[in-house]
Amino acid sequence: MGKTLAEKILTARAKTDARAGDIVVANVDLAFVQDTTGPLTVGQFEESGFRKVAEPQNVVIFLDHAAPSPARQLSNDHMLLRRFAQKTSCHIYEVGDGVCHQLVAERFARPGDIIVGSDSHTVTAGALGAFATGMGSSDVAVALALGKTWFRVPETFFINLKGVFSTGVYAKDLILYLIGQLGADGATYKALEFGGEALAHIAVPERLTIANMAVEAGAKVGLFPSDEATQEFLAGQNRSDSYRPLYPDADAHYERLISLNMAELEPMASFPHTVDNAFPVSMARGIKIQQVFIGTCTNGRLEDLAVATSILQGKKRSPDTRLLVAPASRQVLTQAIDNGYIETLIEAGAVILPPGCAACLGLHQGVLGDGEVCLSTANRNFKGRMGNPEAMIYLASPATAAASAIRGEITDPREIM
Amino acid sequence: MPDLMLKGEAIKLGDNISTDLIIPGRYAHLRSNLPQLAKHALEDADPTFVSRVKPGDFLVAGKNFGLGSSREHAPVVIKMAGISAILAKSAARIFFRNAINQGMPVLLCDTDKISDGDQLEIDLSHGAVTNLTSGAKLSCSKIPPLMSAILGEGGLIPYIQKHKDFVITKH
Repeated sequence: MGKTLAEKILTARAKTDARAGDIVVANVDLAFVQDTTGPLTVGQFEESGFRKVAEPQNVVIFLDHAAPSPARQLSNDHMLLRRFAQKTSCHIYEVGDGVCHQLVAERFARPGDIIVGSDSHTVTAGALGAFATGMGSSDVAVALALGKTWFRVPETFFINLKGVFSTGVYAKDLILYLIGQLGADGATYKALEFGGEALAHIAVPERLTIANMAVEAGAKVGLFPSDEATQEFLAGQNRSDSYRPLYPDADAHYERLISLNMAELEPMASFPHTVDNAFPVSMARGIKIQQVFIGTCTNGRLEDLAVATSILQGKKRSPDTRLLVAPASRQVLTQAIDNGYIETLIEAGAVILPPGCAACLGLHQGVLGDGEVCLSTANRNFKGRMGNPEAMIYLASPATAAASAIRGEITDPREIM
Repeated sequence: MPDLMLKGEAIKLGDNISTDLIIPGRYAHLRSNLPQLAKHALEDADPTFVSRVKPGDFLVAGKNFGLGSSREHAPVVIKMAGISAILAKSAARIFFRNAINQGMPVLLCDTDKISDGDQLEIDLSHGAVTNLTSGAKLSCSKIPPLMSAILGEGGLIPYIQKHKDFVITKH
């Protein structure tokens, strides 16, 4: 019997015949923490009496969630993480460098790697064929100390992608639709593996958007094979050496097969307060919004800003709607400046926030008021997510976000494109 | 080693209690001050929770408990509030692993058979729950032996301190 991508990666890295349901121990190629989970990880690490990080070259600390810090306690947490990085010789990415998952994709993740991060959206790196999954502070503390962790080998749902997107439809719409179909716990403990003839037309930035949200259906990983698109992305990051092809076996066993014709999709939105509450954006048409947020590890990449810019070119945001834009990394920001996107966005009335998580999780840079409605390109719309349990969040693509910012109400981007 | 027989009262919650409801991001500045953070446990799901929870109570939820973030602060604040075990129809993967790593038992069973305020008895070694109020007996799904061992040591850190490594028994 052949192997799925998850079984193949875990077999290679755990040096055992890893099959769905097995418990294996594997060395990790990259372990990382961010500034809201890192302090507890460091605390666990030090309380346990661990003195050394096993493989400091494979450990990265990111200051991205509260960056720049809005409160003295969080500033002190940043200081703690900087001291830990210095003491243990780990890498650290500073305030303004970008969201951890974007930096992992740009600089670290390789096909076939095992990546653990104390952040649920660690799954993002599955776009590059890495077995990447989120864990808590204790698990990551132990991974830092031992250089390894344990996994239950997941069963896999295979998502067979066909067709091409029609105008106004993007990777975000695909993943919101899929989560709506699966349900927020529909893939709990499972691997989602994407494949099919359409993959050739889905570039890595779009794959990152899709893999990023695998966890919103409960999945442990969201995996793409490593193919020509992967090779092209890595070459663009001057990381051609990291490329290796990686495909599932033709006779792999999948727990479930799901076919998805991309040509039949339309722009989607997740309605408050769960991600799986997903419907065509036309059903939310006309809902007034006070804030639009374009950014995050889901949709803060150059390609996302390009789409938003093309819609906002020569137009203005509604006077009743704030437009916040946070590039996902310093590289994205620099390229967006070079391409003229930032100038266009500012002329359209956008506030440009520093690369980082920004308004996504309710810490700073765009906390919502009581009764306010936000349309966000992020991955979560849980009650209270953007800092106020009395606010409402709709999730959609950057195109829908840009079109909605112009009208001041939720708008199908095809009406404007 | 946690007690194998637990007795306490059920505090009932609904489906899809996210980590944002358990401990919202807006309190991230308190994450390095866990006793302060714990005062806000479940604030957006049940504002009465912190004032009514008693040491040894059980948190009883519906499906997909703990979905969302990897913040281990979620099981930590539930434990600090006094909860001795969590019962749910299903639990999100990261939360489940985090809770076990904190030495907090999570039992997956049909929680429709439990009402708010019911007295429960839990036999951890057999994964059995008895609702002393209604008389109903519930069986819980099994967890992998490695997770049982981690729970048995009171969490992942004490487990690793003792064993220095993961001990896997091939099944």
